Amino acid sequence: MSADSSLSKVTVNPAVDGSELIRFDKVTKRFGANTVLDALDFTVSSGKHVTLIGPSGSGKTTILRLLMTLARPDEGTIRVGGEYLTHEERGGRLVPAGEKHVREVRKNIGMVFQQFNLFPNMKVMRNITEAPVHVLGLSADEAEERARGLLELVGLTEHADKFPTQLSGGQQQRVAIARALAMRPQVLLLDEVTSALDPELVAGVLDVLRDIARTTDITMLCVTHEMNFARDISDDVLMFDAGRVIESGPPEKIFNDPDQERTRQFLSAVL
Amino acid sequence: MNDWSWDYVGDIMPKLLDGLWVTVQATLLGSVAAFALGLVWAIALRSPSRWVTWPVGALVEFVRNTPLLVQLFFLFFVLPGWGLSFGPLTTGVIGLGLHYSTYTAEVYRAGIDAVPRGQWEAATALSLPRGRTWVAVILPQAFRRVVPALGNYVIAMFKDTPMLSAITVGDMLFQANSIGATTFDYMEPITVVGVLFIVISYPTSVLLRVLERRLVR
Ligand SMILES: Nc1ncnc2c1ncn2[C@@H]1O[C@H](COP(=O)(O)OP(=O)(O)OP(=O)(O)O)[C@@H](O)[C@H]1O
Ligand SMILES: [Mg+2]
Repeated sequence: MSADSSLSKVTVNPAVDGSELIRFDKVTKRFGANTVLDALDFTVSSGKHVTLIGPSGSGKTTILRLLMTLARPDEGTIRVGGEYLTHEERGGRLVPAGEKHVREVRKNIGMVFQQFNLFPNMKVMRNITEAPVHVLGLSADEAEERARGLLELVGLTEHADKFPTQLSGGQQQRVAIARALAMRPQVLLLDEVTSALDPELVAGVLDVLRDIARTTDITMLCVTHEMNFARDISDDVLMFDAGRVIESGPPEKIFNDPDQERTRQFLSAVL
Repeated sequence: MNDWSWDYVGDIMPKLLDGLWVTVQATLLGSVAAFALGLVWAIALRSPSRWVTWPVGALVEFVRNTPLLVQLFFLFFVLPGWGLSFGPLTTGVIGLGLHYSTYTAEVYRAGIDAVPRGQWEAATALSLPRGRTWVAVILPQAFRRVVPALGNYVIAMFKDTPMLSAITVGDMLFQANSIGATTFDYMEPITVVGVLFIVISYPTSVLLRVLERRLVR
C-alpha cells in the first residue's frame, strides 16, 4: 500500500496539539429499565487512537452511537472540539440542540459500521463523493480527485466503477473507510469493523487501518476484538464493564499487567 | 335474443376505440397522480411532527375507506357548488389518483420500511441532509421493491375506470352504453368492452410478473 504518496491527500487536521477533543460528562443512557451507561465520564485527546474493550453488552457500541448522534443521551453532555454535541448554548443556558447545530458538530465525526452500510444503489465512486459534494459543497471534480486518492490508500483504485455488491466484504469495508475519510473528519469511529468479515479478509482491512493510524493524525475511537491490532495502534485502551470505565492505560499496561481482576478475566477469555 | 352480428361490431368499433383511448388516458394520468400523491403521503407519514402525520393519516384513512364512486360524485356534483369545477375527465383523473394514492402510499411505506436501518444511519453519519437522504439513498432502494405492487394498482385502476362513466366521462363503458341506448342491442358493445379490457389487462399483468422477477432479486 502506497501510504506515503496518499499521505498528503488524507491529512486531516494539521494542528494536533494533544488537546482534549472528546469529552463525556456524566453521560447516562437507558433503554427502558436497562441503564447501559451510568454517569460515564471520559475524554479523548486530539490525535489519539483509543480502543474500547469490554464484555458484550457493556455499552461500547452505545458510546459510538451517541457520538455519531444515532442515539441521544438521557442525561449528561458530550462535547467534541469544545462544542456541545447534543446541546447548544442559548442566552447562557444549555438547551437541547437543534438539527442544524447537531449537523455542524457531527461533520467532525465519521463512522465505519460493522455491516459496512454502503449505498447499494451507487457505484463505489459515488458512495465516496456523495457526501463531500452534497454536504461539504465540493465540485464533482474535486470530490472525485479526493475519492481517487482515498481509493489508492485503501488499495481499490480499479474498483471505482463497480457496485458494492460486486465486491468482497473486505473490499466493501475498505470502501466504507474511504467514504468516511472523504469527509475529512477529526474523529473516526470504528465499531467492530472486521467482525462481519470472512477470516481471510480481516488482515487487509486491518492493514488499511494501521496505515491510516500511522500516516494521518485523525483521532480514532475503536471497538474491536482484534487484540493484536488494538495493541499495535492504540495509545490508550479503555476497559468497560457495566457502562463504566473500570480501567484505562497504554496497551502494554492493560494487556500485560492490568490492575483490575475483571480486566484480567476478560482478556484471558478473548486472547 | 338477437344473434351475434359482426357487421354491427364493425360499425360500433370506432366509437368503442374512442372510449378505449379515454380509458387509457384516465388510467395513465390517474396512475401518475396516484404515484406522486402516494409518495407525498408516505413521506409525510414519516415526519417526526404529529401536526403533519395526524391530518395526513386521517385523510388517507378517510379516502381509502369510502367508495370511489361516492368520491367521484362528490368531486363532480358537490365541489362545483363551492366554486371548484373541472371537466369530467379531469375530475375522473383527480378522483382515481386521490383514491389510489391511499393504496400506493401503503406500497411506498412497505418499500421504505424494507430499506435497512443501516442505510439511514450511514446517511446520518455522513451528515447528508434529510431531503438528499430520501432522494439519493432511500427512494432509489425502495423503488425496486415497489414497482410490481404499483403495477398491480395500475391494472386495478384500469378496471375501475368504467365508474367514470357515471360522471359522464366518455370511456369505453359510456360509449357502449350510449350505443345500446340508441340501438337497443347491448350484447355486442358490452361484450366487446369486456374483451378489450382483458386483451389489455391480461398481457400487462403477465409483463408485470416478468418485471417483478427482474427487479426483486
Ligand atoms: N436500541 C436498543 N434498544 C434496547 N436495548 C438496547 C438497544 N441498543 C443497545 N441496547 C442494550 O444496551 C446494552 C449495551 O449494548 P451495546 O450494543 O452498547 O453493547 P456492546 O458493548 O457494543 O456489546 P457487543 O460487544 O455485544 O457489541 C445491551 O444490554 C443491549 O441489549
Ligand atoms: Mg457492539
